Amino acid sequence: MPRTARDVVFVDGVRTPFGKAGPKGIYHETRADDMVVKCIRELLRRNPDLPVERVDEVAVAATTQIGDQGLTLGRTAGILAGLPKTVPGYSIDRMCAGAMTAVTTTAGSIAFGAYDVVVAGGVEHMGRHPMGEGVDPNPRFVSEKLVDESAMFMGMTAENLHDRFPHLTKERADAYAVRSQEKAAKAYANERIQPDLVPVSVRRTSPEGGETGWGLATADEPMRPGTTLEGLAGLKTPFRAHGRVTPGNSAGLNDGATASLLAGEDVARELGLPVRMRLVSFAFAGVEPEVMGVGPVPATEKALAKAGLSMDDIGLLEINEAFAVQVLALLDHYGIADDDPRVNQYGGAIAFGHPLASSGVRLMTQLARQFEEQPHVRYGLTTMCVGFGMGGTVIWENPHWEGNK
Amino acid sequence: MTSKTAELLKGAAELFPDEVVTQAHVRHLDLPSGAGKFALITLDNGLDHTKPTTFGPASLANLDAAIDQVEKEAADGEIKGVGITGKPFIFAVGADLKGVGQLTRHEDALAIGRGGHDVFKRLSALAVPTFAYYNGAAMGGGVEVGLHCTYRTVSAALPAFSLPEVFLGLVPGWGGCALLPNLIGADRAVSVIIENSLNQNRQLKGKQVYELGIADALFEGADFLEESLRWTSAVLRGEVEVTRAEVDRGEGWDAAVARGKEIADSKVHGAAPAPYRALDIIAQAKNGDLRQGFEAEDSALADLIMSGELRSGLYAFDLVQKRAKRPAGAPSKELARPVTKVGVVGAGLMASQLGLLFARRLEVPVVLTDIDQERVDKGVAYCHEEIDKLLLKGRVNQDKANRLKGLVTGSLDKAASFADADFVIEAVFEEMGVKQKVFAEVEAVVPEHAVLATNTSSLSVSEMASQLKHPERVVGFHFFNPVAVLPLLEIVRGEKTDDASLATAFAVAKKLKKSAVLVKDAPAFVVNRVLTRFLGEVLASIDEGTPVEVADRALGPLGLPMSPIVLLELVGPAVAHHVSQTLNAAFPDRFAVSANLGRVVGAGKRNLYVPGTLEIDPAVAALFETGDTQLTEEQVRERALNAIAEEIRLMLDEGVVAEAQDIDLCLITGAGWPFHLGGITPYLDREGVSERVTGRRFLEPGTASVPAA
Repeated sequence: MPRTARDVVFVDGVRTPFGKAGPKGIYHETRADDMVVKCIRELLRRNPDLPVERVDEVAVAATTQIGDQGLTLGRTAGILAGLPKTVPGYSIDRMCAGAMTAVTTTAGSIAFGAYDVVVAGGVEHMGRHPMGEGVDPNPRFVSEKLVDESAMFMGMTAENLHDRFPHLTKERADAYAVRSQEKAAKAYANERIQPDLVPVSVRRTSPEGGETGWGLATADEPMRPGTTLEGLAGLKTPFRAHGRVTPGNSAGLNDGATASLLAGEDVARELGLPVRMRLVSFAFAGVEPEVMGVGPVPATEKALAKAGLSMDDIGLLEINEAFAVQVLALLDHYGIADDDPRVNQYGGAIAFGHPLASSGVRLMTQLARQFEEQPHVRYGLTTMCVGFGMGGTVIWENPHWEGNK
Repeated sequence: MTSKTAELLKGAAELFPDEVVTQAHVRHLDLPSGAGKFALITLDNGLDHTKPTTFGPASLANLDAAIDQVEKEAADGEIKGVGITGKPFIFAVGADLKGVGQLTRHEDALAIGRGGHDVFKRLSALAVPTFAYYNGAAMGGGVEVGLHCTYRTVSAALPAFSLPEVFLGLVPGWGGCALLPNLIGADRAVSVIIENSLNQNRQLKGKQVYELGIADALFEGADFLEESLRWTSAVLRGEVEVTRAEVDRGEGWDAAVARGKEIADSKVHGAAPAPYRALDIIAQAKNGDLRQGFEAEDSALADLIMSGELRSGLYAFDLVQKRAKRPAGAPSKELARPVTKVGVVGAGLMASQLGLLFARRLEVPVVLTDIDQERVDKGVAYCHEEIDKLLLKGRVNQDKANRLKGLVTGSLDKAASFADADFVIEAVFEEMGVKQKVFAEVEAVVPEHAVLATNTSSLSVSEMASQLKHPERVVGFHFFNPVAVLPLLEIVRGEKTDDASLATAFAVAKKLKKSAVLVKDAPAFVVNRVLTRFLGEVLASIDEGTPVEVADRALGPLGLPMSPIVLLELVGPAVAHHVSQTLNAAFPDRFAVSANLGRVVGAGKRNLYVPGTLEIDPAVAALFETGDTQLTEEQVRERALNAIAEEIRLMLDEGVVAEAQDIDLCLITGAGWPFHLGGITPYLDREGVSERVTGRRFLEPGTASVPAA
């Protein structure tokens, strides 16, 4: 049977507001699966032209797949969201790049012709599922020195990255973090973020976190507008005494969920669905686990090579800010300035938060908004580092691109 | 809060020491789409959904304090609106009735009504619009608190919504009677307040609440609160305009009230005051004067709270909700043995109905046996046809129908079929010799542990077991017709029945979803004994010369579900006659066998009245030979009630059941006797019959009655 790969497009993306993990966080008493459900329902509500039975797959990522993040979340969340029982679903895990992998894996299947329309997203409730919950690393990692012991602790790998690139100083990282907060505050003021947030009802029974009863999460909880260099300078370095990585120049521990709608471009046109980004290429790459933050570099190299593009062709970058130093490592590799206007225009995870497996789709949703308002840009990329030494990059084309006018 | 309301509630709180107190949490949020700040009140008693949120005086005071807070914020322009919702799965299920049953003074009862009104009506007087979000079960005062709000939304997942007050013996007295007809029209309000209530407290689902116009918007359960708040934002921003159907304040209103009266008459026959009081207030609410309506609610509520009918209603509700679930005297559940296969001896109609019920509820193989293949085939065919009907009605799907049909089989070979049965029930001809023979045959083939149950309605279980090697495994398992409708199951302990067999019987009853009551092995057990005694007196009056119609009307003021003769026709003259013979043999002094009934049976007549009428069939009248003593309705009633009181006292003295409560529970669940009578003993106490006939009450004052102040 002759086969033609077809173009895959990003139709829409939404997310819950992100919360701070822990007893005082807005989502402390909210289930992770419910957060996914609210995102899926919002996608369906926003795209009434999509007949729900046309969804061929629901891929939902979570790093810790137990409890309310277990039970094959893609399937259970689909049923809970009211999708027809004929729509299948599965769970997927690549730690921080979970949602990104949900997108690339289903996109590959769309290109292959296996699916027409999919829901892909991710969730991480780090309050209910702290990092490392229930892990059982094989003792050979240590006994055979397969990886350094620090590889299990993301903050330590960020410190290792500062060691590898001594010129990426704490001062540069802090300055980057301050800008991320500023850009995020500005994006909020300009209503660039809110249109893609799903309000989530949140219950609180313990007065520890504030007023009790039902409330509504409508904005990202972790944001710290007004953050200054001076304020950041005094923060503790929890991963190493006199280190460089602080809670101020890294993303925190967060709760949140995302979901996106992808389709074959022909199907999107047939159904009248919006075409907000066109997938160009993607790649994942491995690096030494103890410097996982450098992962985006080889991943981006690979993805650019596959697309036949160079960094010069990329007009917009959405880089996940797990740690400021990890963003700087990528920019430094390509000789891009720390404050290059193409990078994270709306701010990033340092401001919004990084609920591990959910973040990939947040990058895409933000890039799609930027494409819309910047038709002079043809290509953009979303990239992130991944635990245990990986990086992932997805390159997108702007369907609103107006050509070389 | 006004100091008057505060005092009122404080005073009431002292009368409700055991109140499960509901908190009214106020939390502020930003409405979506920039509609501004909003205060959301969550009603929550701090327990999970199995303990629904209720309103007692302290709970009302908490809500009052929450309204103090939002009232000020609204007046100061700090918030754009106020919402009220419940904890997960529950909105609120109304007044805390536990406390109501303890009130002894009319003025305290009045305070309950006023307290609720004083608090709730503040929600309609704030400087900003108010929104009720019916997220889960809403009943009584829970429904009413929402009716005082400007707007309402309802969850499509809401399983139960009702104003059940009339069912219990109250009126919706915190605004329900006055507000609901003004919101949705009198006809729909009558359906909710009267019709549903008197139809075994029928519940509305979320979609119906919306369709009736009680709620302005309907949202699915998955994101009900989020969508309600978005809708709220749209309403406040003027993006959504709420329109409601115009209410018919003309003849339609009067017709609705008249319809309500007809429903009440057909259900309680004028014997319970609550529905009529509710209808009076609905009729009055036509003028739209809410203040007047609320005052009428207050006084109706107070009068009814102080009435024996309401106290009986609360008592009856407690019996069916609690006592029915924890049968008095049942042995420990741990002793019950698993039942993985059931045998039914007999394949007649009753046996087939039992087979079907066991298959449906236990979902284990059920084998019907009988004396010839034709009967067996007929019994199995009956079950299969009934399963097909369930399939057609959508009550089961095809897979389940296949499974159930596969479970019901028939056989002539008891030895092969019952060799691995854990529970065998017989429903053969009602004759001791026949039943003893059946049990002997069954005992020879069943495993050592199998329980042998009999569906006898009047024969001695002990005698039936007496010739067995293991009489300790025999229990009585007496169902009521129609088996699928009446919840009662009398479980009879024979002289030698052991705890394990009895526990197994109770475990099976629970799976069958029946209300089991433990009964001693006494002639005709409970329901049939009471009904037969009472019917016997009515028939004796007729035999002695009272016209059938007069005797049959005599019990009218009680509001029983059917008159004595209609009951007799339902049971079947032959069965009634047979039971009266059994009881006559046991207690010849009190149980007569009506000669006229014998003639009716002898003539093969099934009905005394011309079908569909209350006129005696001339052919039946021709059979009757009567005396010339004519009693009045009052005299027949007194005679029947005296007999019932005497019989129940004797039954309690004999230890047929543990307490009078069990007799009432049996009469409510096995004969459909009404809540306002509390079964029967509260009524007999209330009317002074018990003391007159037996020298004492059945229940302590205060149990199912208003205690002395």
